[in-house]
Amino acid sequence: MQTDLIQTSLLILVLSVLAWPFGRYLARVYRGEPVWSDFLRPFERLIFKLSGVNAETSLNVAQNMKAMLRINLIFFVWAFVLLLFQGNIPLLNPDGVPGMTVHQSFHTAVSFLTNTNLQHYSGETGAAYLAQMLVFTFLQFVSAGTGMAAAVLIWQSIRSQRTSDLGNFYHYLMLSITRILLPLALVTGFVLLLNGVPATLEGAGIAHTLEGEVQTVARGPVASMVAIKQLGTNGGGFFGSNSTHPLENPNVVTNIVEWMSILFLPMAMVFGFGYFTGKRKFARILFAVMMAGFLMLFLPTLYLEGQGTNEIAAMGISQSTGNMEGKEVRFGPGLSSLWAVATTCTSNGSVNAMHDSFQSLSGTFLLLGMMVNAFFGGVGVGFINMYVFVILAVFISGLMVGRTPELWGKKLESGEIKLAALVFLMHPFLILGFTAVASGIAARDPAMGVMDGGQGLNWLNNPGFHGFTEMLYEFTSSAANNGSGFEGLGDNTVFWNLTTGLVILLSRFIPIVIPLMIAGYLAHKKSTPAGPGNLQVESRAFGLVLWFVILILSALAFFPALALGPLAGHFS
Amino acid sequence: MASLFESAVLKEALFYSLKKFDPRVLFRNPVMFTVEIGAVVMTIVSVAGALGNAAAGETVGYNVSISVWLWLTVWFANFAEALAEARGKAQASSLRKTRQNTPARKLLPDGTETSFSSVDLRPGDRFVVEVGELIAADGEVVEGMAFVDESAITGESAPVIREVGGDKSGVTGGTRVISDRIVVAVTAAPGDSFLDKMIALVEGASRKKSPNEIALSLLLTAFTMVFLLVILALQPFAAFVGTELSIAALISLFICLIPTTIGALLSAIGIAGMDRALKAHVIAKSGKAVELAGDVDTLLLDKTGTITLGNRRATAFFPVEGVSPDDFAAVALAASLADTTPEGQSIVVLAQQANARILAAAGTGRTISFTAETRSSGIDLPDGQRIRKGASDSIRDLVQRAGHSFPAEATRKIQEISSNGGTPLVLSVNEQVQGVIQLQDVIKPGISQRFDRLRKMGVKTVMITGDNPLTAQYIAREAGVDDFIAEARPEDKMNYIRKEQAEGKLVAMMGDGTNDAPALAQADIGVAMNSGTQAAKEAANMVDLDNEPTKLLEVIEIGKQMLITRGALTTFSIANDVAKYFAIVPALFAISIPGLNVLNIMHLDSPQSAILSALVFNAVIIPLLLPLALRGITYRPIGAEALLTRNLLVYGLGGILTPFIGIKLIDLFLQLF
Repeated sequence: MQTDLIQTSLLILVLSVLAWPFGRYLARVYRGEPVWSDFLRPFERLIFKLSGVNAETSLNVAQNMKAMLRINLIFFVWAFVLLLFQGNIPLLNPDGVPGMTVHQSFHTAVSFLTNTNLQHYSGETGAAYLAQMLVFTFLQFVSAGTGMAAAVLIWQSIRSQRTSDLGNFYHYLMLSITRILLPLALVTGFVLLLNGVPATLEGAGIAHTLEGEVQTVARGPVASMVAIKQLGTNGGGFFGSNSTHPLENPNVVTNIVEWMSILFLPMAMVFGFGYFTGKRKFARILFAVMMAGFLMLFLPTLYLEGQGTNEIAAMGISQSTGNMEGKEVRFGPGLSSLWAVATTCTSNGSVNAMHDSFQSLSGTFLLLGMMVNAFFGGVGVGFINMYVFVILAVFISGLMVGRTPELWGKKLESGEIKLAALVFLMHPFLILGFTAVASGIAARDPAMGVMDGGQGLNWLNNPGFHGFTEMLYEFTSSAANNGSGFEGLGDNTVFWNLTTGLVILLSRFIPIVIPLMIAGYLAHKKSTPAGPGNLQVESRAFGLVLWFVILILSALAFFPALALGPLAGHFS
Repeated sequence: MASLFESAVLKEALFYSLKKFDPRVLFRNPVMFTVEIGAVVMTIVSVAGALGNAAAGETVGYNVSISVWLWLTVWFANFAEALAEARGKAQASSLRKTRQNTPARKLLPDGTETSFSSVDLRPGDRFVVEVGELIAADGEVVEGMAFVDESAITGESAPVIREVGGDKSGVTGGTRVISDRIVVAVTAAPGDSFLDKMIALVEGASRKKSPNEIALSLLLTAFTMVFLLVILALQPFAAFVGTELSIAALISLFICLIPTTIGALLSAIGIAGMDRALKAHVIAKSGKAVELAGDVDTLLLDKTGTITLGNRRATAFFPVEGVSPDDFAAVALAASLADTTPEGQSIVVLAQQANARILAAAGTGRTISFTAETRSSGIDLPDGQRIRKGASDSIRDLVQRAGHSFPAEATRKIQEISSNGGTPLVLSVNEQVQGVIQLQDVIKPGISQRFDRLRKMGVKTVMITGDNPLTAQYIAREAGVDDFIAEARPEDKMNYIRKEQAEGKLVAMMGDGTNDAPALAQADIGVAMNSGTQAAKEAANMVDLDNEPTKLLEVIEIGKQMLITRGALTTFSIANDVAKYFAIVPALFAISIPGLNVLNIMHLDSPQSAILSALVFNAVIIPLLLPLALRGITYRPIGAEALLTRNLLVYGLGGILTPFIGIKLIDLFLQLF
């Protein structure tokens, strides 16, 4: 327990220290200042030239949003068609994986397009190498890039005074991929490769065990995908069991590298914001608020997982190493808790242990991480979610200092508040609303015969509080664009594919589009110079307000659901 | 002023609070409208229960109690708004009483007069007012000059001069002429005058929500929708895990969670703010103007009458070498005895303080009046002494023409006085310089503390003066203003305002003259003196009935108070929810999920009393906070961060803790029955 605490604290500290200078590099890249990676510029120009995209002109908010939606639509069609027909394409499919059904293709395409990577298929049997590389790995780069580029548009709106030009979305997207994600993924992928993660185009291997049995060992271009799945807060693994699989995450070294890759960019983006806009003090406050939230979720989880469960203790089994059910022996409760909280806070969604087997109460913290979705959050989008919380916090606390609330001198009025409230509303609306629909149907028709013509017989493996938590988790994971599964759901059915697909889509694009609109409004407004009577967001008092606003708003919306799920499970 | 709960006001509020149950009225307030719907549903459930359809575990008495407390919640909110309105109306009507149905003598174009009632006067009409008569309507003096007693409006007993032309031509309906005769041209239709506008602002029906209020209402509506969803989703959640939830419990939880405290008090806060402005004798043309005043970054003030006491006064005598102070004072006194200007009189006062000798009997000697040519005045005494005082260059001329020299010592003194913002007067006897008299602007006592307070609020003060830059700088430093516009012309004020606005600042200005009108209109907040011209009053957003230039300070504080009160009560309201969850959620599932009783950290007696206690707390907190909402939370100019920390501790932390204590106490009380 104590070793775990020291070890994990040290890891968090080291990572924060590494992320800081990288934030500076991020800012330089996006600001167009000279950096070492400038040698890639001709390559970028070539791609733009070939695709006919004009990435030079500065666009306003509406044009940038259109650009983002247009390119994402193209990505979607690409992914959907390839998944549907992967079985018919005699290329890069050594194991002869068949095409996906229409609803599964839709769900999977949406899921990877949106940086969610909720997987209702298993990589070993459900995805050809073609899909793994040209759909999943590709989308893992561009979806992360989309989030980062959207965040940079907001940074630009904060940095500029009274202008509608925010730069060019395509340009930022390209830089995110070529200058940030690709180099990092190359380094990470290489480390994984050295530690035994496969990178091959050969089909599944056949192993003859000592007992004389024959085993089929799935493999493929794994290392490249695992690197970007972690770095881009994607989370979709090559194999069904994600980073618990020994070929995705063979040892403690790869585990630490992969864990660091989860949080590295979300952390660096906060510092990057500070360097890009010159609001470095505020960036530090944001980092502190996010870190406080992260620790608030992590420390109790670490403690709980360090304890055994009563059920197993009742069987007379020693649990001196903590709650090991569903955990990998090579990682143990400490590194598993650290990973679980990181992956849920950041909308990554990869797992190195089964969240379903965590203590009930730990499940509460994992859910809360996704319900808040801004304690670091997904690359780019985590910052955008935090931006909305900042606006709500400024509005409430700004009134209390006796002025019309202002964010960096720009007045927050009903237009901005309406939009911010809409984003804030949408998250609980989708999670609670869809969980209510699912549990309402399940309460009447446990076999789900109505929805899936009887095929969903195993759609819910657990009744009661735990079954409820599984549904709540599935929709929370979708709405947070997280993609981790609590598991225990038979989720590849029409119902789950369509409902979660819809939730994923809405919760990806609305929380990007609306904050961009707010940023556009604010960029146009006159800025009042700061004086002693103006609320400074760069103050500790405001950091405290922000933290409380996030906690209280999230807790208030989700407390009853948590009480019925993990809390009831824990206390019963 | 009427006390908070004066009986007549209270009675009116009671009456109107009942009328506000009308859903068409309540619809304007989404939060309370939702509570009313909840109350209706709960009443139906109670009636059904009484008819034998009660859900398991619920008594009729329990259901009825819940219904009653829901209705009380709505009523408390209605009452809060009605009381704020009633107080505002009482305040306004005491001002209005003076102006109803005043008989007027209307002047026809042919010069004849007819008797007319004030309510029939229209803009452009002219009427005559003579000694002892009331002025029938707001207007502008177009003929004559009179002393007017404006005490009915301002409470100030000293009569004021109102005359044609210039900056003192505006008269207000309901004030009384106490000398002479004036002809007044009506500028506002009776229903349209400033006071009527103000009365409309405190009456709920025509009250427009201010921008901040709209934004906050939106946020509160969003919260209400989140909680509606939480409650609606709870039913299928519970069905899945196999427990039953009663409608009484769900509705109670819902009403407790939505921000009823701020929802109930929101409009009362706005109305009370307008009422406080009215009490300060400031008539605002819109609620937005008062609220906007809280955002003021830059404040432009006239020097004269605002920062200084109107006129320059003699403050020191500086005799040259060889002239004794006693002699100098005596000469100064003699030179000024016949001088009736305020400056002259101030020299007399200063000389008398120095016990100056009287050099000649009154009436003897030949008084030399001030002329534009000589630019000096004085007296020729019977003994032949020729005493003169005047501007330094005029006396220098006089002295040098007589062949005497102008002492270097005096020149030095003159420069010193000028650079300190004073005006030097030189005194000579028989064309020989005796010394220098220092005239200075006297800064109003206490003014620099007020500017200090403004600075701490983050408001920059700017003095407008016709003085030269040197004098202006001195006074600006002495009074503690941040900036000044010297030798100001009307367009200078305008340019200054525009420059500040271009920097994103919100500018307020006080003014009274016609030439102030464009600047008043350009400023974000323009406050006109009631004594000012009609043009100035039309251009401004507010009219100050007391003609007290520093009044804007109070308005700024009122604006800030309104915002702080709203923010603080919103924070309080939301923070309350934490405790309410701990009370109600374990109660909801007390039977089906007994394990959740660990969340019952208040150890409430029974599920039913837990729910009822939370509901009662939620209702009674409204009237308990009503006095605070009406009075407004005090603004302290201690800097934004300190103020935020302070209000967070009181209303945020207080908002979390108070209901834990309150609900527990109510629960203990309920156990007595």
